[in-house]
Amino acid sequence: MPWTKNKAEVNEPDYYFESSENVRRLSYSEAIREALDQALGMDQRVFIMGQGVDDPSGMFGTTLNLHKKYGSQRVFDTPLAENALTGITTGAAMGGMRPVYFHNRPDFLFLAMDQLVNHASKWFYMFGGAVNVPIVLWACIGRGWGSAAQHSQALQGLFMHIPGLKLIMPSTCYDSKGLMLAAIADNNPVLIIEHRLNFRNKGCVPEEPYRVPIGKGIIRKKGKDITFVAISHMVTEAYSAAEELSREGIEAEIIDLRTLRPLDEEIILNSVSKTGRLLIADCGWKTGGITAEISAMVAEKGFELLKAPIRRVACPDVPTPSGFTLEEGFYVGSNDILNTAREIFQIRA
Amino acid sequence: MTMDLKKYPHKLLVKLYFDMLRIRKVQLHIESLYHLDEMKTPIHLSIGQEAIAVGVCANLRQNDYISSSHRSHGHYLAKGGDLKALIAELYCRETGCSRGRGGSMHLVDTSVGHMGSSSIVGGGIPIGTGLGLAIQMKAEDRISVVFFGDGAAEEGVLYESINFAILKKLPVVFVYENNNFAVCSRVSARQAGEIIFHKTPNDAMPSQTVNGNSVMEVYEATQQAVTRARQKAGPSFIECKTYRIRGHAGAGSDEKLGYRTAEEICEWEAKCPVRTFSGLLLRNGVLNETEIQVMQETIDCEIDEAFRFALCSPLPKPEDVTKYLFCD
Repeated sequence: MPWTKNKAEVNEPDYYFESSENVRRLSYSEAIREALDQALGMDQRVFIMGQGVDDPSGMFGTTLNLHKKYGSQRVFDTPLAENALTGITTGAAMGGMRPVYFHNRPDFLFLAMDQLVNHASKWFYMFGGAVNVPIVLWACIGRGWGSAAQHSQALQGLFMHIPGLKLIMPSTCYDSKGLMLAAIADNNPVLIIEHRLNFRNKGCVPEEPYRVPIGKGIIRKKGKDITFVAISHMVTEAYSAAEELSREGIEAEIIDLRTLRPLDEEIILNSVSKTGRLLIADCGWKTGGITAEISAMVAEKGFELLKAPIRRVACPDVPTPSGFTLEEGFYVGSNDILNTAREIFQIRA
Repeated sequence: MTMDLKKYPHKLLVKLYFDMLRIRKVQLHIESLYHLDEMKTPIHLSIGQEAIAVGVCANLRQNDYISSSHRSHGHYLAKGGDLKALIAELYCRETGCSRGRGGSMHLVDTSVGHMGSSSIVGGGIPIGTGLGLAIQMKAEDRISVVFFGDGAAEEGVLYESINFAILKKLPVVFVYENNNFAVCSRVSARQAGEIIFHKTPNDAMPSQTVNGNSVMEVYEATQQAVTRARQKAGPSFIECKTYRIRGHAGAGSDEKLGYRTAEEICEWEAKCPVRTFSGLLLRNGVLNETEIQVMQETIDCEIDEAFRFALCSPLPKPEDVTKYLFCD
């Protein structure tokens, strides 16, 4: 897989455990696979479908050989019909099942927008609570190695706009398992957007089933000078930037939102009340995206807490280019976070 | 019309007529009061199409599912949906079937297997197919029926859903209600010929075309399709040819718009499914005029009561606007 050349396999920071010596370490995809395995084992209503969930690579390894363990009735390949299949998961959920529908790339979710946005996300409200739609949709951002404009989109800004849809973007192996189990147990439509770069991580993952609460962010690193709000693999990028800043005497607090909708406003505002400075880092577009929404929320609810203007690190508003020199100009990471943070402090100096 | 009615139980024939008459009368009553602007929701009447809803649903059990569209009052009532809750929904009341959150195009009654209607043309098709998947996975003894119109027949989700239904042999009956019009656009302006699914191999998905204004033709075709679904043999496709007597939305005739003539509408009114069936029943001695009169009165009473119930019901409170966003 060429994308693996972009990033070596690494251990993620041990956010959860004092010592990782006696804790089992799993790869990101193994953690998701274990969640699916346990969900299938615990609940007969759960089934997994999607183009390629039973293929030899098993959807980045997340569904690897689950069809062999649970049978092709419960883990099955689908026709390439994203819109109808999303409606079919919706109908199956109304009929008492708990479908998990895998998409290789978020780009293909555009083909499913009618059923996801017009139907699944609205059904509970539109019928006054008569029918709920417990479905999980999963897609993985395909950044890297010339994936170009239609195989690399980070569309969380769009999906965050939709009332009735829960939106999750994990960053750690522990959360990828716990949030998957929480999403499957949730009574509403949940979209999980993963990032391919996370799949090179290994982290501490307990063996027993557990749920990470949807709608709750978490502080990954405590700090008093500036708040970094990040999601998905941008949390790792923010962590590298924060370590460098720390050497320069600036302590950044890192919030991993984990869920974009419902948004954990409290954790952001509490941190900003302590640091007075806010930098938001996203791997999607800037305009109308999640950094815009979080900025607006803080400006509305916490303007008096701010000692400096809010800054955003996000991708420029162009389709993703293919060529590697242009990719360098497009993608943002720890350097952009670091430089933007330095600018914030230079302004105040 | 000549038809041998002797093979059908008397009770069934009476029920088919009663249900069509009831749907017609409910719609006429809604239409007669619509100008008052108290029902603040866009209505889409299915006057002239009652035979399809009734002929299909007469084959269904309470726990069978149906999915339908913006033009769904008939399907809802034929499946056994609560009349009071329908009228209350049109009056935007908290007692409406969707608690005043859905309106005329979004009807639901889960107690009779109606899991909600979509106003996105074709939107209910995959959902009904998915209900079929749930039935199959849970090995339940029930089926799923999908109603859709000629506009929806042009949507990609129909192809996608039928492909999946055939692939998985789902217990789904696709009922194509071809009423000739999508808003003001004729089906002949939008489709080059008959729908491709009539060409599907019979063992994959049998298809039929019936006179959608004949409740008995619809009933018979559906009976075969429903039997196939209950035997877990796979989906079926039924095209019911009919005609939309009223305009796309709202009350009254729309002949003044000029896209069709008053004569054309008259020709189809002469094929009224309710009147032609009452004529048939009277000629065959299944019903007499007095019995029909009693039915009319029974239905009128029920309608009056439903409208009274709706108008006495509370309206949802503005401060409850965020309620029902998520299910706990």
